[in-house]
Amino acid sequence: MKLQEICELLQADVLVDYDSDAEAFTACGSDLISDILRFIKVETVLLTGLTTLQMIKAAQLLDVKAIIFVRGKRPAKEVEEIAKKNDLPVLCTKLPLFEACGCLSRHGLKGCSEYAVQEDEHVAE
Amino acid sequence: MLQNKLSYAFPIEASDFTKAGDAAGKIKKILKLAGLPATVIRRVAIIAYEAEMNIVIHSVGGSLSLDLTSTRVEMASQDNGPGIPDIDLALQEGYSTASDEVRALGFGAGMGLPNIRRNADHFCIQSEVGVGTNLEVWIDIGVS
Ligand SMILES: Nc1ncnc2c1ncn2[C@@H]1O[C@H](COP(=O)(O)OP(=O)(O)O)[C@@H](O)[C@H]1O
Ligand SMILES: [Mg+2]
Repeated sequence: MKLQEICELLQADVLVDYDSDAEAFTACGSDLISDILRFIKVETVLLTGLTTLQMIKAAQLLDVKAIIFVRGKRPAKEVEEIAKKNDLPVLCTKLPLFEACGCLSRHGLKGCSEYAVQEDEHVAE
Repeated sequence: MLQNKLSYAFPIEASDFTKAGDAAGKIKKILKLAGLPATVIRRVAIIAYEAEMNIVIHSVGGSLSLDLTSTRVEMASQDNGPGIPDIDLALQEGYSTASDEVRALGFGAGMGLPNIRRNADHFCIQSEVGVGTNLEVWIDIGVS
């Protein structure tokens, strides 16, 4: 799904812009950093209500395609600046986490567990 | 291919949530420059991040080390206490002693040590209460 489409579906404000052809294949929604590290896949957008610097850094570490803040949350200016400096697209939607995830899911975006990537095959379950 | 071992060390301060995650970010950069496969980089980044955060959140301070050989990435963390009384319990998914303040930042899922173990090809943790905790992991590069 194109970030452009995600943005329209969630009626999101763009705080840090994305490339017009940027795309995500999965989404992950959580407010717990370690859960995100556990379940997130590549080519993912991250939906979260947590606007901390720590969340931005974790998103960056995982090379997420965009971070989407839900429930109308906005990061502090310095947090936004760090995202901008690192070319991490940031979107903000008024929808709560469940509804934002549900909306993207209804429109065909897969969740982390539905999307098997070769990358994870080495990992012992 | 790397002929010699490359070694790096990163001191980690306790409770410094502004710098927290920076060592993992640097380690990721080093591996990228070394041209390692993306899957290896991702696994190492997750391990480094969780190990770094455990020092920041749960210890009085310590360090992280990275050693690159031609066949694997070796990482170790050590801290100066307080140590882990029950390692089996600490390794359980969801077990966390993190404070409410720390949880408000997004930590304390109790998935850190399980995440490290899951992404490592070799995993060893040792801890002594009152002394400190040592963690050693290897990630095979999978040279062909
Ligand atoms: N370096 C450490 N020093 C002391 N205790 C630790 C250390 N690392 C982990 N622990 C203990 O093990 C528990 C589980 O760690 P972890 O799986 O990383 O989850 P979390 O960090 O979310 O609590 C921690 O809550 C803490 O009690
Ligand atoms: Mg932890």
